[in-house]
Amino acid sequence: MALSKNKKLPVYVVGMVFLIFCIILGTSQGSVTVPFGTTMKILWQALWAGDYANLDDSFVTIVLQVRLPRVLLAALVGASLSIAGAAFQGLLKNPLADPYTIGVSSGSAVGAVSVLFFGWSLPVIGTFTLPFISILSGFLTLLLLLAFVRFIEQSLATETIILAGIIVSSFLSAVISLIITFTGEELRQIISWLMGSVAMRGWDYVWLMLPFFIIGSLLLLANRSELNALVFGEETAKTLGVNTGKRRFMILAGASLLTGSAVASSGTIAFVGLVIPHLMRLLFGPDHRHLLPLSMCAGGGFLILTDLGARTFIAPAEFPIGVITSIIGAPIFGILLYQQKRRRAIIQRVRR
Amino acid sequence: MLELQDITGGYGSVPIVQNISFNVEAGEIFSIVGPNGSGKSTLLKFIFGALEPDQGKIFIDHKPLSTYAPKALAKKVAVLPQHAETTFSFTVRQVVELGRYPYQKGLFSTQLEEDTKIVDQSMEETGVLSFADQPLDTLSGGERQRVFLARALAQEPDMLLLDEPTNHLDISFQISLLDTLKKWARTKKLTVVAVLHDLNMAAMYSDRTLLLKEGRQEALGKPAYVMEKNSLESVYKTELYRKEHPSVPSPLITLVPHTEKDVAENYIDGLLVTEETSHTCISSSIYWKTLSSAVIGAGFGWHRHFVNRHVDKNYNEDNPESEYMMFLQSLQIDSQDTTGMMTAASLADGAKVRVQDEDGDVFVYATAGTANAVDVSKAYEKHSQPVTIGTINIWIFIDGTLTEAAYTQVMMTATEAKAKALLDKDILDPDTGTPATGTSTDSMCVAATQQGDTYHYGGTISVLGKKIGKAVYEAVAETLDRYKERRRSYSQA
Repeated sequence: MALSKNKKLPVYVVGMVFLIFCIILGTSQGSVTVPFGTTMKILWQALWAGDYANLDDSFVTIVLQVRLPRVLLAALVGASLSIAGAAFQGLLKNPLADPYTIGVSSGSAVGAVSVLFFGWSLPVIGTFTLPFISILSGFLTLLLLLAFVRFIEQSLATETIILAGIIVSSFLSAVISLIITFTGEELRQIISWLMGSVAMRGWDYVWLMLPFFIIGSLLLLANRSELNALVFGEETAKTLGVNTGKRRFMILAGASLLTGSAVASSGTIAFVGLVIPHLMRLLFGPDHRHLLPLSMCAGGGFLILTDLGARTFIAPAEFPIGVITSIIGAPIFGILLYQQKRRRAIIQRVRR
Repeated sequence: MLELQDITGGYGSVPIVQNISFNVEAGEIFSIVGPNGSGKSTLLKFIFGALEPDQGKIFIDHKPLSTYAPKALAKKVAVLPQHAETTFSFTVRQVVELGRYPYQKGLFSTQLEEDTKIVDQSMEETGVLSFADQPLDTLSGGERQRVFLARALAQEPDMLLLDEPTNHLDISFQISLLDTLKKWARTKKLTVVAVLHDLNMAAMYSDRTLLLKEGRQEALGKPAYVMEKNSLESVYKTELYRKEHPSVPSPLITLVPHTEKDVAENYIDGLLVTEETSHTCISSSIYWKTLSSAVIGAGFGWHRHFVNRHVDKNYNEDNPESEYMMFLQSLQIDSQDTTGMMTAASLADGAKVRVQDEDGDVFVYATAGTANAVDVSKAYEKHSQPVTIGTINIWIFIDGTLTEAAYTQVMMTATEAKAKALLDKDILDPDTGTPATGTSTDSMCVAATQQGDTYHYGGTISVLGKKIGKAVYEAVAETLDRYKERRRSYSQA
């Protein structure tokens, strides 16, 4: 499976259209259904003109103040986790890696859970204490991890990163469990945060997440060719002219930034970062030059859809979004995997 | 092109490679050989910058290796990895496109038309263009190796480094890979530095070879000099045997398996002689190394049946070899184990002579018919083709180890002894009336057990040659007497 030159453009168009469609669908559906056309008009006005004269005020409020930030946050988180997952899988040469493999997310989670447990509130940033501490502790975890790996050996070998990641994340998970053991009334709050949600965040979280998303994505996209080379191993990448030390750090930093900010703003949403890159690879091949942007589109759209499911299936109550990602994602993944294995078997039979 | 100065280093504190220096010229094929753990791959890693040497300098095009930026180095030097496993199934084209990485500029550069052209060209030259869009993991090991070769070629390097490139490849792929490299070295002036584990491949394809022993240079130079029996044996700590390649000027190294040698046993005593009117067969329980001009098993070989077959004087076959094999089959003798000659002479006239003393043991069997005896010095005057078959077949069995030189000298000594016997028995060339030196279809087989004492010489006055001369002379003379006796009794009757 690969994208030949003339198929690239249509695939990107489909990806963008899918994402835009998901945004519109996500903002129009919910407890109150805003007509599709109306939603499009409101979004159009919001983007270009800002003239809502002919539109229903309550619809405008619902779309722009309630749903759009939630949908955009879902898109950012989904896109972040997916592109980070794709990068981690390529960098670690392991299709089972995901943004949570190397423990950066556990670091973010420890930060967030601590804020909830101790009821911290930092001056000036106030309500943003949680995401701030969370991103910070995520990044500290990455630095700690890299220092640990460097301490073990000079080069940043893949296997050592994975192993060190497992050590770090199991340690931090234990810390989280420990905190939970001591919690009283914060328990429900902590558990629901850990399960992940993009609800009730508002525009502030979107603006908070956006710079991290942009920096992280650019870092990864700038290294898309390097990722292709790194898949063939450190030594091969070097002989192809890749400055492996620098590139590896850029990729780790970019992916950690994305993961940390996603976890900080919406908790640990499982499965997206593992399955979306995998899906895209099954559909369009493993070339990171296309895998990264396509994972971004698909991940963003996918998380909008699952969030839509989470808030509409048993409305007015909500499912945790992580539950939906797994319930929808797993079967799709299974079907695609089956089809790909069969196709591969056919290719091999034909060649013999 | 490449210069190494006194390179020492390895992975830890103990250096794997020590004090290695050499130069490689542009367009040269330079191979590095040595046993496992001798530092071949480590040395190569220094050259492509995967490892830093503790001491010493490496220059590429007169510039120190350390001054090259990664991309600049990748434009000069490409590496064909020993094995490349990938987790994800890239297509052939995507893999080859990676070879253009060093030519990318800027953060978000895209592939240019020129890149595509070079990628296509590289795939064309390595013969992988036809499966450009197939996933790499559906290809065979040999095809995959060619894909990586295409990737290396796409880097447009001046120098190609290979780490045991023929590992896991079947023979035809090994040859085609090395042939391709040789061609590129000649046509593109590509410099090739290859770690090879197959000494024969190294000998056949490289201009110069570096032999490593425990990280140090054991020998450096033309393969013919480097692949010297004694130094190879000391490096590989195993018994090796060097021969010359049958069709190209290059040494050929073979191994000698370790076998328990039997207790000294006289194999000449153990020879079993079966005599029938159709053939005489001399068989042994062991294989003898033979040099012969026989119909079956000519040249050097290892045989344990020696068949002297009587055929009618009108014997005429287009393909005597396959007819002979059928004959052996009817006798249930394995033709692969056999040296086989033919003669129209009566086998009953055959003579067996054994010369044995404390210095050696030689056994000779000979049959003779002299109907078309030839004086070799007058042979150029002869016009007629022989009508009747007359042949002198000589079989020489030697208990001992002979060098190839000794085999050749034994042949010479035996031929002289034969000529002398003919002279003494007054055999004349019927056309010229002058004394004959042999017949037109003589054949000879020298067989030695290759066990026990070694004979370096077989010349006429050597220890071995003296016995050969005596035994051959006596055997040929005796069989000639019987032959003449029979002819006389025929003509009287």
